[in-house]
This record gives sequence, structure tokens and C-alpha cells, in this order.
Amino acid sequence: MIDKRAASSDEAVADIFDGATVMVGGFGEAGSPIELIHALIDQGATDLTVVNNNTGSGEVGLAALIRAGRVSKMICSYPRTANSTVFPELYRSGRTALELVPQGTLAERIRAGGAGIPAFYTPTSVGTPLEEGKERRTFAHRDFVLEYGLSGDFALIKCRVADHHGNLLYNKTARNFSPIMAMAAAITIVQSGEVVAPGEIDPECVVTPGIFVDRIVTVSNPVQESQLVAQGASYP
Amino acid sequence: MTDTTPAIGLTRDEMARRVALDIPDGSYVNLGIGIPERVAAYLPEGREVIYHTENGLLGMGPSPELDEGDPELINAGKRRVTALEGASFFHHADSFAMIRGGHIDLCVLGALQVSQHGDLANWSTGESDAIPAVGGAMDLVAGVRTIYVVTQHCTRAGEPKLVEICTYPLTGPAVVDRIYSDLAVVDVTSDGFQLVELAQGVDFAYVAQRTGAELLPIRGGSLRGDA
Repeated sequence: MIDKRAASSDEAVADIFDGATVMVGGFGEAGSPIELIHALIDQGATDLTVVNNNTGSGEVGLAALIRAGRVSKMICSYPRTANSTVFPELYRSGRTALELVPQGTLAERIRAGGAGIPAFYTPTSVGTPLEEGKERRTFAHRDFVLEYGLSGDFALIKCRVADHHGNLLYNKTARNFSPIMAMAAAITIVQSGEVVAPGEIDPECVVTPGIFVDRIVTVSNPVQESQLVAQGASYP
Repeated sequence: MTDTTPAIGLTRDEMARRVALDIPDGSYVNLGIGIPERVAAYLPEGREVIYHTENGLLGMGPSPELDEGDPELINAGKRRVTALEGASFFHHADSFAMIRGGHIDLCVLGALQVSQHGDLANWSTGESDAIPAVGGAMDLVAGVRTIYVVTQHCTRAGEPKLVEICTYPLTGPAVVDRIYSDLAVVDVTSDGFQLVELAQGVDFAYVAQRTGAELLPIRGGSLRGDA
């Protein structure tokens, strides 16, 4: 009997360990699993490497995790967003490292990490400062750089509907990095607005097949990051 | 150039409107953040174009009224948008496969500098205390067939943005096809910058003076540009 439901966010993130690589879904606030991130802040794991497109905004969610000093390294494409002040401060003071990766390369590295591909060549960044230190190779008269697959110990993602097997549906552009992070992490933890019995999601419509999902928590009314930021909220 | 910028040339919306004239019917288009975002509003009647946003939507429509829409339906600039009939959502790896795989026909981007060889610098001024942020710009210029740049011809300080060699870090080498500025439309050719069109009230000498590399006059046109 397969049932991946966890009793609570706290239980779902309990085994995230110090030094873990944690992939966090979301593009800005769209798809950001705020409740799971807040549970991770309460849990206390530190020295984390976090993979996310951005670095959060205000002092909630990912920005709050960074502000709490739990993140030693960010791997992202765009650490500069409106209302994003936490990361820039820690980066300038040298307390959080940054690996800057072009967005499409970041996505493909995660996809490759989840698909058993150790490395691949891409034309992105050829002839730019982000090519530095990377192997270059020519295919059919065009230059490409070698990039490595990226995998995680954990992924924290948000979806709209999950069934007990972990089959997932997302909401609009909140899908973004979540399906590939679910593939690339050893343990994928999902917060879902709704959790249904197997059979209630049309198999033709499943976006993330349950094999990529390990734990599901119901969060029926997730908070909205931009609303919290507008209210000046901060966590904890 | 120390003089203040004269009130001549196109406004930002007029620049967006000019770019829109050159977007072919039926194309798949990615619009960057800033002036490029405005292009969609000026697409001429009778053309259908499908807009791609790299965070996972084809068939992007205009922004909804203030305070309406869904915070999880946004564009790459993290602004709320709508999804038109026939739209589709997809994950980031598929979205960048569309870009890198050459499936997007046209991309319109902003610029810090464009060189006469078509090199584009638009992600970093290279200042040591700046937080580096690249987003999807490098993937777009590496993968999309045609790259249009829309930009002011000069910086606020009056420095040319069309230059011989970019001094800012590159987004990609030899990627820009055409530049739409407040003063002119300029093609990047194997011979360098080729003037295509002057904004109303602007002559060739005025634009050439504000271009940081050789500017070839309109083919078959007069050097004064007002013929």
C-alpha cells in the first residue's frame, strides 16, 4: 500500500541534515513552498546549499532561511529581485557563497541530474565571463561548454493537487523548476493544496509521476509571499 | 558629450511600436523585461503572434487590471500576466529547450552595449560590489534565431551604447541582428553598423555623432539622411 502522505510539514522535513543540498521550487513567489521552508527554519538544519532561481524576497520563505544564516551557498540565476535585500547583504559580507548559473543551464543541469546524465555541452555562456574554467568543445563548427548535472539531497516543492502516490498537478507558471527538481533530488517533499485518492487524477494529465515524489503534506491555504512582504512580515 | 539630451527622437512607447511593425505574423516571440515588454501592445492588426515567457508559458496575454490575476501566473519579470486561449504551461527544462533548441523565432531584449560585431552586453556592468544576476539572457541569445535589441541610443550620461567593442561583460558574442533606438534602426552586418532608418527629425550626422563606431549610411540614401 503506497501512501506518501506525511502528518505535517515538520515531520516531512525532520531528516534534512546539516550540509545538505536542498532544491527549492519556485520562480519568484510562483511555486515557492513557503510553509515547507518555514518548517525547515524551525527544524534548524544549517550549512545548506540551496538551489533556486532566485534568493527570495522580504523576510519570509527562502529569504528568511537565508537571513537565519542557514544557507552557506546559493546556486541560482537571478539573485537580485525587487524586495530582495537579505541575500545581497550576506553575499557582500562573504557569509553566503554564490554560484551564478544561466537560467536555462540551471534547468538543464537539474534535468540531467534527475535523468542520470553526468554532464552535457551547451552553447549558453560561450564567449562570456561565465564560461571561465569550463571545458570548451566544437561540434559542427560551433562552440559549446561542458556543464555538469546537478542533483540534491532534498527537494521542497509546491503543487495544486497530489494523489497518495505522489502524482502531481501544478498551478499555471508555479510549475517552473518543480518537476525537474522532483526528479533530481533523493528525497522530494511536496506541499499540495489538495490531496486526493489514486485514480482521481486523469493519468493523461499527470505532470509529475509519483515515482519522483517521496512525501506529501496538505497545505490547503498557502500564504502568498508578496502579500506577506507587503505586510512587512518576517519569519520566525 | 556634456550637453543635456534634447527632446528629439522616439519615446519608449514609440520605440516599442516601431519594433512591433517588424514582428512577422505567426511567429513565436520572447520579449525581455523593460521596453521589450511593451512591444506586444503595438502588434499591428491582423497579425497573430504567440508570446513565450521563459518561466513556462506559451500564449502569454497582457497584464490583468491592478490587484487582479493570479500571483502564480507571471512573466519572466515577475509581473502578473494572463494566459490566452490556446496557451500552454510547461516546466523550465522544456521552456529552455524551446529557446536553446532554436524553436523560438525572435527575441527582443534591452542592452547596456552592442558592438559593431553584434556582441551584446546586457546583464552586468562588471562593478565589483554589484550582485551578479544573469537570468535567461545568455540562453536566449545563444538559442533564439533572431535577436532584436531595443534601447536608448546613448546612456543617461550621453555615452554611446553602440560601440566598437563592449567594455561590459558579454551576454553573448555576435548575436544581435538589429537595434531599434530612440534615434534610428540599425542593422548589424558583416561590415558593421548599417543605418536602416532615422527617427523623424533626426539626421545622419546626429546619429553618427552618438554612435561609438562607424555607422554606414542608409543604402542608396543621402548622407544627410533627410532626402
